[in-house]
Amino acid sequence: MPTMNIIQAVNSALRIQMAREPKAVILGEDVGKFGGVFRATSGLYDEFGEDRVIDTPLAEAGIIGTAIGMAVYGMRPIPEIQFSDFIFPAFDQIVNEMAKFRYRSGGQYPCPVVIRTPVGGGIRGGHYHSQSPEALFIHTPGLKVVLPSNPYDAKGLLLSCLQQDDPVLFMEPKKIYRASRGEVPDEAYTVELGKAKIVREGEQVTLIGYGAMVSIMEEAAIKAEEIGISCEVIDLRTLLPFDLETLVESVNKTGRAVVVHEAPKTCGFGAELASSLYERCLGVLEAPIERVAGFDTPFPYSLEHEYMPNADRVIGAIRKTLEW
Amino acid sequence: MVAIQVPDNLRRVLDVDGKIVPGARVPTIAEEELVRIYETMRSVRLVDERMMRIQRQGKLAFYMKSTGEEATHMSVVPLRKDDWIYPSYREQGAWFWRGYSLEDFLNQHFGNSKDVTKGRQMPVHHSANWLNMVSISSPVGTQIPQAVGTAMGMKISGTDQVAMTFFGEGTSSMGDFHVGMNFAGVTKAPVIFIIRNNGWAISVPLEKQTAAQSFASKAVGYGMPGVRVDGNDVLAVIQVAAEAAERARAGLGPTLIEAVTYRVEGHSSSDDPSVYRNPAEPAAWGPRDPLTRMSLYLKGRDLWSDDIETTLLEKVNDEFSHYLKLAEDLGAPDIETLFEDVFDEMPWHLQEQRKYLLAQARTKNPHIHN
Repeated sequence: MPTMNIIQAVNSALRIQMAREPKAVILGEDVGKFGGVFRATSGLYDEFGEDRVIDTPLAEAGIIGTAIGMAVYGMRPIPEIQFSDFIFPAFDQIVNEMAKFRYRSGGQYPCPVVIRTPVGGGIRGGHYHSQSPEALFIHTPGLKVVLPSNPYDAKGLLLSCLQQDDPVLFMEPKKIYRASRGEVPDEAYTVELGKAKIVREGEQVTLIGYGAMVSIMEEAAIKAEEIGISCEVIDLRTLLPFDLETLVESVNKTGRAVVVHEAPKTCGFGAELASSLYERCLGVLEAPIERVAGFDTPFPYSLEHEYMPNADRVIGAIRKTLEW
Repeated sequence: MVAIQVPDNLRRVLDVDGKIVPGARVPTIAEEELVRIYETMRSVRLVDERMMRIQRQGKLAFYMKSTGEEATHMSVVPLRKDDWIYPSYREQGAWFWRGYSLEDFLNQHFGNSKDVTKGRQMPVHHSANWLNMVSISSPVGTQIPQAVGTAMGMKISGTDQVAMTFFGEGTSSMGDFHVGMNFAGVTKAPVIFIIRNNGWAISVPLEKQTAAQSFASKAVGYGMPGVRVDGNDVLAVIQVAAEAAERARAGLGPTLIEAVTYRVEGHSSSDDPSVYRNPAEPAAWGPRDPLTRMSLYLKGRDLWSDDIETTLLEKVNDEFSHYLKLAEDLGAPDIETLFEDVFDEMPWHLQEQRKYLLAQARTKNPHIHN
């Protein structure tokens, strides 16, 4: 089985979809001849032509607006937003239009747009190339939000998104785009949406996160084990609908939970996860659920490593739940 | 290369007396269809009046009349059934022309159990996939890049379909207007943009929307032709739309049409135009009424008479009263529909919330909690 990084896995999924689905269209800034600034669409322009791999004018509202028009018409558009920091000119089209098309038309017009966009910090990109805006979209009824942590899941989840009929925001953790490598089949396969993955089993504390934070949690779990603490690590993979059942099962076993994300803490997705777990697990909880998150500041440039959650901070939170 | 024209004069076919303007390019339309065009416009005028009356009686939350702008709706006449339309909220005639029934129209306004959009949107926000007419959105201009996307899809698919989208002159100030026009120009998408320039965006007059000499002149910047047409002259509106459709089908790309008309009444049932505009302005509109002009033309060709008009109005009035009664008597959609169509399949969290609402609705204890 070949080894791929996340970009190669995404590229492989896109190539499969473009080859098997004549209505599939890729569109975005620099996605054609150049193959995308991160190279995720590399080679697809030559293989499928400029009509189906479209270098669009530089306007996110146009990329998403036209993708919506294609999807409503019956095409299967896969727009790329170059950085999720640049998604906001298309915010109205995404939250008011794409997410609501099926609902407000009484089910007459499904809108199967799958937006791909890199997310997260740690690449020396400063404020406008580092943000994690997932909570804004999870809060939008009608959108599915997916955020893989490794190449195998990236390909399988993306192929799942491309085979269903709802609009999806598929966020790709750019810090580990190339750093995360693993075995990925060349052929098509799917990873089910809405299912979390227990990446490490443990007994005392459940660590919950997604994307680039999964490897941070694993690092923390290994270090915690060295000081005698057993952690279960869960990769959420799909943020909406999220797999609450797996989380509840784990917290019922461990009695403690730490939620980790890069996005700012206040009203971050961790708040929803913690609240959902309190509703179901209060009786078994040995300590308050801890959140390790980005600070409630704009994403910084020089101090980005101070801003982002790391293994030490996760261990601190783990200890707090044990010492409470 | 497409020749870019900066428009100055309005394209016209009929003068205010309903006579063909010398040298005008007259659309080829069969007699029965000419009559149907006028009947549709006249029905819209009547339906608008009845709708506003029931709104004032407190039966409807909201309504928007299109009085004075009925001719612009007829831009859809040259389109084929397999063409697509992205309307704005003031094109009632376009819906009726395509075959949207008065029954569907009234049910949508009442958001009742037979509303095809399941009571999901406020009045005037129709949607009909069997007519290729796409859901109306309240945020203005969002439909513009969407129509372009549909047209790009048509081009990629190798069909000769076209997409048409409507919006007001105020909407030309939105980013989505610029974005959509630019994408269309660059991709040569088979799309027709209809600006209903009715002079007013709620309370703001057109000179506060643009410093350009016309709205059609904006087409120059996007590499497409811009056409200014007398929006109160239904035959001219149809002729320029037919030319644009032909251009689009031939692979020559988009056209911007500015239909110059006038919003005779308020923006909607929620505003009072006397607060922001001189009442002399709508009063002076009379001679420009698109209905008068077309009926004079038809009478001149012995295709219409006052008697026929009376019969038409009686028929539409009766039909309206019939479907109004039915629409009023129907209840709201079933409570379970609140949770349908958010996603293709209902995820666990919505199932859970639906279960809670149904339990609350069925119990005598309203303080039930999930």
